[in-house]
Amino acid sequence: MIQFTNVTKRYPGGHQALNNVSFELKSGEMAFLTGHSGAGKSTLLKLITCIERPTSGQVMVNGKNLGKLGRRHVPAVRRQIGMIFQDHKLINERSVFDNVALPLVIAGLHNHPEIARRVRAALDKVGLLGKEKQYPVTLSSGEQQRVGIARAVVNKPALLLADEPTGNLDPDLAAEVMGLFGQFNQVGVTVLIVSHNVDLITRFSSRILHLEKGGLV
Amino acid sequence: MRIKNYFLNHLYAFFYSLGQISRAPLSSVMTMVVIGITLAFPAGLYAVLKNAQQLSAGWDDVAQISVFLKKEVDGQALADLAKRLRDRPDIAKITTVPADQALEEFRKLSGFDDALRALEGNPLPSVLIVQPAAGYADPMAVEHLQASLRKLPEADFVQLDLQWVQRLHAVLEIAKRGVEILAVLLGLAVLLIVGNTIRLGVQNNRDEIAITKLIGATDGFVRRPFLYAGVWYGLLGGIIAWGLVSLALLLLDEPVRKVSALYDSTFALGMMDVWTTLLLLTSGTLLGLLGSWLAVGKHLRAVEPD
Repeated sequence: MIQFTNVTKRYPGGHQALNNVSFELKSGEMAFLTGHSGAGKSTLLKLITCIERPTSGQVMVNGKNLGKLGRRHVPAVRRQIGMIFQDHKLINERSVFDNVALPLVIAGLHNHPEIARRVRAALDKVGLLGKEKQYPVTLSSGEQQRVGIARAVVNKPALLLADEPTGNLDPDLAAEVMGLFGQFNQVGVTVLIVSHNVDLITRFSSRILHLEKGGLV
Repeated sequence: MRIKNYFLNHLYAFFYSLGQISRAPLSSVMTMVVIGITLAFPAGLYAVLKNAQQLSAGWDDVAQISVFLKKEVDGQALADLAKRLRDRPDIAKITTVPADQALEEFRKLSGFDDALRALEGNPLPSVLIVQPAAGYADPMAVEHLQASLRKLPEADFVQLDLQWVQRLHAVLEIAKRGVEILAVLLGLAVLLIVGNTIRLGVQNNRDEIAITKLIGATDGFVRRPFLYAGVWYGLLGGIIAWGLVSLALLLLDEPVRKVSALYDSTFALGMMDVWTTLLLLTSGTLLGLLGSWLAVGKHLRAVEPD
């Protein structure tokens, strides 16, 4: 699903974020990405989502070489990936329902009953079924994070990327959220989670990728 | 399916842009009013000009010669002269305007009532208004007639009224060109107003745009609501302009009727016709679309997720 071959990323200004990184995440696999801040975790995720391009090396996602991808083809790649962010990245002016429905609308789904069905299914999965009419600011941080998860999975992507999804959550909620990722993985979704919550990570038997100073160790 | 989806995508953007406009009703309405006033200016002048052209178009074939008579020609002499001239084959009709009547009319019309009263006697001459016969209406024959009238001992000054009609046409032509230049400049202004409004819209929605792009929205998906917003601004601005011009014409109608009645005319200001209205609304809409297109193309690219 994800394949990095000798990937190096140097930012303009000279900072080298990734140095000759190679790894493969197979379809249906779940892995954690750990490392100190500044170790290159965010850069790695940005390369997978085409926010940044590799300076050298090859990034393959779902069989596509992202280094050679034209600007026009980027949206199609992003639609196949469910993304979860530490700061949720919800649209505050829109209701929970609309936020979760957005990936479906972007993908060109306009059948309202079908949208409603899938949005409710996603919200049900994260335990927020009753909150669809509320606005993100009226929810707690944990609830907002779960809205973000519902949005990431509503389109049934084959790949889930999560950037510090438990960063702002208390231990119970964090465990619950991690449990959710485990459930998605069990139904075949490939999951890559950036986290340094060592307690939680060790409860899973998943692979751990550890980044240090831009290289995998 | 593709076509249906395309249509539905647009329908979504259509309603979404309406929603965005209604989220900030006051500033949206203000933008529309500014566009409306900007468009109303050339549209109003155009409507007035069109009226003037319509009014003067009727005068083209009415070549009239005004013969201003010497002061010493009194009422009786005026009637005699008219009687004599009526026999000429190249004259169809003669209207006499005695000096007293001319003064009375001028007093009514000009509003210089008091000033005229202060004058001793009547400063106005008697006038003969000569209309050439049908067979003698070509420019050559009219000039010939004008020349022979000038030779009359009673005549002081002979004026071919067609001349001022022609001059008026020339002036109207200049005015028309002026309105066209004004329309282009103000159209440019509308373009900038819409462009600036859309630019602000993009800036205010930076986060939302970045998030939408991050979860896989195409440029087109992000751009569409802004283009529709531009169309709304332009179209509603055009409707406001139409309202303003119609209101202005309505307010002018009464005084214009009064003036034209004083000229023994039944002329009344025409409202904006369908063609002009369509032109106004279409150019408003297109300017809105173009303005937002230019702004959105430039500014959306700058908003990328990070």
